[in-house]
Amino acid sequence: MADLTVEIAGIRSPNPFWLASAPPTNTGFQVERAFEAGWGGAVWKTLTDRPVRNVSSRFGALHIADKRMVGFNNIELISDRPFEDNLAEIRQVKRRFPDRAVVASLMIEPDKKQWQEAVRKVEDAGVDGIELNFGCPHGMVERGMGAAVGQHPDLIQRQTAWVKSAATVPVIAKLTPNVTDIRASARAAVAGGADAISLINTINSIIGVDLKAHVPRPTVAGLGTHGGYCGPAVKPIALYMVAECAKDDAVCVPISGIGGIATWQDAVEFLLLGASSVQVCTAVMQHGFRIIEDLVDGLNRFLDESGVGGVRDIVGKALPNYVPFGSLDLDHRVVASIDAERCIGCYKCYIACLDSAHQAIAPGDAEARVPSVLVDRCVGCNLCEAVCPVACIEMIPMTELVGQCQVSSVTAHP
Amino acid sequence: MTGAETVQVPLSPTMSDVEAMAEAARCLFCEDPPCVRACPTGIDIPLFIRKIVSGNRVGAAKTIFDANPLGASCARVCPTDELCEGACVWGKSSRPVEIGRLQQYATDAVLERDVALYDPPSQPIPHRFAIIGAGPAGLAAARELALAGAQITIYEREHSPGGLNTYGIPPFRLSADVAVAEAEMILSLGVHFERGVEVGTHVRPEELLDSYDGVLLACGLDAGRRLGIEGEDLEGVMDALTFLRMAKEGRARAGREVVVIGAGNTAMDAATTARRLGAERVTIVYRRSEQDMMAYRFEYAFAKSEGVQFRWRLMPVGFVGDGAVQVVRCRQTEADPSGAWRLAEREERLPADQVIVAIGQARRWDLLDAFQVPHRDGAVTVDEQGRTGRPKVYAAGDCVWSGKGAEATVVVAVEQGKRAARAMLNDALSRRVENGVAAEGSAWPT
Repeated sequence: MADLTVEIAGIRSPNPFWLASAPPTNTGFQVERAFEAGWGGAVWKTLTDRPVRNVSSRFGALHIADKRMVGFNNIELISDRPFEDNLAEIRQVKRRFPDRAVVASLMIEPDKKQWQEAVRKVEDAGVDGIELNFGCPHGMVERGMGAAVGQHPDLIQRQTAWVKSAATVPVIAKLTPNVTDIRASARAAVAGGADAISLINTINSIIGVDLKAHVPRPTVAGLGTHGGYCGPAVKPIALYMVAECAKDDAVCVPISGIGGIATWQDAVEFLLLGASSVQVCTAVMQHGFRIIEDLVDGLNRFLDESGVGGVRDIVGKALPNYVPFGSLDLDHRVVASIDAERCIGCYKCYIACLDSAHQAIAPGDAEARVPSVLVDRCVGCNLCEAVCPVACIEMIPMTELVGQCQVSSVTAHP
Repeated sequence: MTGAETVQVPLSPTMSDVEAMAEAARCLFCEDPPCVRACPTGIDIPLFIRKIVSGNRVGAAKTIFDANPLGASCARVCPTDELCEGACVWGKSSRPVEIGRLQQYATDAVLERDVALYDPPSQPIPHRFAIIGAGPAGLAAARELALAGAQITIYEREHSPGGLNTYGIPPFRLSADVAVAEAEMILSLGVHFERGVEVGTHVRPEELLDSYDGVLLACGLDAGRRLGIEGEDLEGVMDALTFLRMAKEGRARAGREVVVIGAGNTAMDAATTARRLGAERVTIVYRRSEQDMMAYRFEYAFAKSEGVQFRWRLMPVGFVGDGAVQVVRCRQTEADPSGAWRLAEREERLPADQVIVAIGQARRWDLLDAFQVPHRDGAVTVDEQGRTGRPKVYAAGDCVWSGKGAEATVVVAVEQGKRAARAMLNDALSRRVENGVAAEGSAWPT
């Protein structure tokens, strides 16, 4: 059994999987259910000192064929429950689960006193840390909160400093991806004294449009607005932003990775690119808290099979291999290699290469339907590998290929 | 459920939207798709499935019907294991996409909602064609000719259109309602339907040849063949087509102990229908061996799964009973060293209160004679386009089936009908041009 415990800016949890601040952490009832299921921590649904009202409906989903919720967006605001109720529940959860990380997410009007008052209240309830919601892209922005702060480094720095001057527990600044350079936001948070950063918050988005009513979805009484995009489809954006921050020498604080994490493999990717813990939301909204069992089991097996002692040993291991484009070897070449045994003859690689790449795959014998790679035309772009439904195409270095395969004539191509 | 109800329950109910979406999403949209090559009518299968995925169910049906005017019937009765699904590339590493059921899902959208897929031709052409028989081949030809703007009359001796789809295929495979609704869809394109008309009796063949630009023999086959053995006229002995027709019309009764003679697809249909009608024991008796049987493997497997029993190398030599059949007298057949079959001495007596004879159908000798078409053992000989060699006479469907191979399927008949229609129209157009009459309208799109 690998050591799954993590510590991020002094906040400890038995595994790296936290629930992100979102609908699954709206109440003590939910957080207790999550902890019973095995989640390592939870960032409470964002609290504010003045009540908000939510709309109906609130969520929109991107489905692709029969795959549900490939992407997801919401126009829900922060907690619409009384501050005091939440504090009481936080107190109770922390009493029942002292080993889990309970972090309060805050979003407060741009006023130092109000911020510090909120900090005092949540600390009094017993939280292990405070996350500053500088990311919410809708609803609160109009009141100078959320992304309205997160899109201005000077505001990030100022408000983080307000909180830090009052807080005794670690402070995590949660960043919005709706900026040109995420590093500027991260540096500002660090300059303001943040003990850690978490990213990404949701992305500005319109999830879809009702074709008949001509209204963006989700629709509220015949109108729609933009909301925050999340789910598996945003993972690549989140990975990039986490890596950019982790690489940056000026961002010298731990990172909690967020964005489209649904499997333990997703989590490992974030860890390898420099995150010290991860936060999950959409996958829970789709499948419930029980997914934690596979997240923990899969991660544990992976670490054991890799011969690594614990989660902490893989944090940032991919960072040295993440380099600027200019550092890539222009002389390196890979070519596609098709495993004829496993090929089912769908010709998707053939047509993809013909229509969209370099005309480097020949269809082969009409009966056998095993396509062949014209090595001298193949640029190693990976498109064929990507479209292959049975993963029978491998990209192999040209150096390994010599002697294995015949170089086909260009003129042989149809 | 009573047997009469059981026999009507479809083997393959239409998929739900959710099921169809999940299955359709499995289609890879292959390049040069083997399923399309394997479809005798060349339906663009990946395209119609993609349309299902996008929620364009009527568009999917249009793609199907464009290539196969009897797409709804074929969705239910095609031997898909042998055709599209047998060719699906997923078969190599998983299970094939359920193309037949997806086709049913798509086409049902049109049948159920009565959607008009085709506008009436904007430019009628003066050509007139006669089609004898409103079965799959005749209907397919009629649809193609109707879309080209020609004037078509179908002469059908039965009351309803559809041929064996309406009268012969077991109801649990294809209900008469679906078969007729699909036929009506074709007739609604302005096809003149003469029901209950027997060519040769009510209409003289010469009349047709004189007044039409082309005549298509799509007459299928005649009544079931007789064994010509003792006791064949006893009550309880009937031919398979009569039995299936009665089942289709909801008035068939099965005996308790049923013997079905023959081992082709019709025999399997009759045997499984008898089981579903409540027969306690159904035994197929075939004079040759299991390997020689004409039925599709999946039909055979289905019959076995329905509890049908099989007796190989057994030849009925007579029926015994007091008014109604009680016993089938049989003798074992054995192959001598030269490969010829001969009957063993010993006789076996199978108890039976119903005997269904399924040893093939007679040819329409009357029409072959009337139109003087060349034939081989009663099968009209035609070129690839259905031309008989006799001017203005074409043939398609079961009447051109040579009896060899297992291609006497609905889908093959449909394709033959389509091709014959194309030839009829092209020939008629060129004849008019030769005769100095300016061809009006457009030629067949090539």
